[in-house]
Amino acid sequence: MTRTSFLSRWAAVAVVMPLLVLPAKAEDMTIKIGNFVFSPQTLTVKAGTKVTWVNEDDIPHTVSSTTQGLRSKALDTDDTFSFTFTTPGTYKYFCGLHPHMTGSIVVEGTTGSNAPR
Amino acid sequence: MTLQDDGPSRRKVLECMTWAGTGVLWTVAGGVPASLGIIDEAVAQEAKGFTFLQISDSHMGFDKAANPNVKSTLEEAIARVKAVPGNPAFMIHTGDISHLSKPSEFDDADKIISQAKLDVHYVPGEHDLIDEDRGKLYRERYGRGTKGDGYYSFDANGVHFVGLVNVVDLKGGGLGNLGGEQLAWLESDLRGRSASQPVVVFAHIPLWTVYPEWGWGTDDGAQALGHLKRFGSVTVLNGHIHQVMQKVEGNVTFHTARSTAFPQPAPGTAPSPGPMKVADDKLRTLLGTADITFKQNEQRLAIVDTPLKE
Repeated sequence: MTRTSFLSRWAAVAVVMPLLVLPAKAEDMTIKIGNFVFSPQTLTVKAGTKVTWVNEDDIPHTVSSTTQGLRSKALDTDDTFSFTFTTPGTYKYFCGLHPHMTGSIVVEGTTGSNAPR
Repeated sequence: MTLQDDGPSRRKVLECMTWAGTGVLWTVAGGVPASLGIIDEAVAQEAKGFTFLQISDSHMGFDKAANPNVKSTLEEAIARVKAVPGNPAFMIHTGDISHLSKPSEFDDADKIISQAKLDVHYVPGEHDLIDEDRGKLYRERYGRGTKGDGYYSFDANGVHFVGLVNVVDLKGGGLGNLGGEQLAWLESDLRGRSASQPVVVFAHIPLWTVYPEWGWGTDDGAQALGHLKRFGSVTVLNGHIHQVMQKVEGNVTFHTARSTAFPQPAPGTAPSPGPMKVADDKLRTLLGTADITFKQNEQRLAIVDTPLKE
């Protein structure tokens, strides 16, 4: 067996495995706050995803919104805030200190072959 | 730059920006504020009249590269305040006393600022209202006798002073915000006053639109200015942008003061408005205070911005 074919066979197994074993597990995502910008500004995730904001600026920022629970305390440099999105929809948020900083999270429902059993 | 030659009848927009200096000295003369220029110039003119001072953006607790020792620069600013000639009547602090609204930060600010032995009239910046209870600490310490989140007015030497709060309940995608309740209060506060009475309005975020891309403006600032339209002399003092910027529009003089903590870049000259790191020997030329004198028989308040170091 050549090394290449071994790797591709292993890769195929790796792709199939999560579908069989962990279909409902969404990958954690990170949003960086830097230069007074949330990046990525728009993030699309699967329902159940935990999103973590990290403030990399020398100035405190917040994650604020009208959604219950989607509201952080002031995040100083390197502070983080996490929120798990369980319900599909579009969630707009902004920095409560610098409201010109805005972002949104698009939460997609889990349908079709990816739907949890 | 001096604004003394521009009478209020000249409906011309004068804009002037300077990036060096620490203090603003305001003189109220004949009902209208006038700028005296920088402090040495003011001293040379022996400004006689009613003088008060403005300091801003002390950011106690900030310890990043742009200025790891904000206590010592505030101490230097207060030392300059104490050296201002002509017995200033009081001091105005236009917000961001603290960096993170911690009790220890407010304590440090009070310890240093009280050395000036002057009454201080505060308005909050957005950094002063981020404790767990969203401004409880600020209101306990500075809010006595104020309305709402800390707005108020008072009279001194025939001048009407109004302190406004435009850092509360900010809306996503928006700028600074006064809100309907405060605007209604302002309207009633000004009702019945003679249009010849000079008015000084102070708030943290500029009440006029300086640079909306960085949030430097107030969404409903124009409504506040509408209530002030009939007055012959209006002076608007702000902080927040950590640099001196001045504009004269009709009878209204707009002015922002330097920070005592760290400089911020000129609008659009950097990727963000965050703290600007400059060479150590340049820092004190970008921090400072402001002295304002109200001189009789002059048409404008005189504002002198003084840097910690020339």
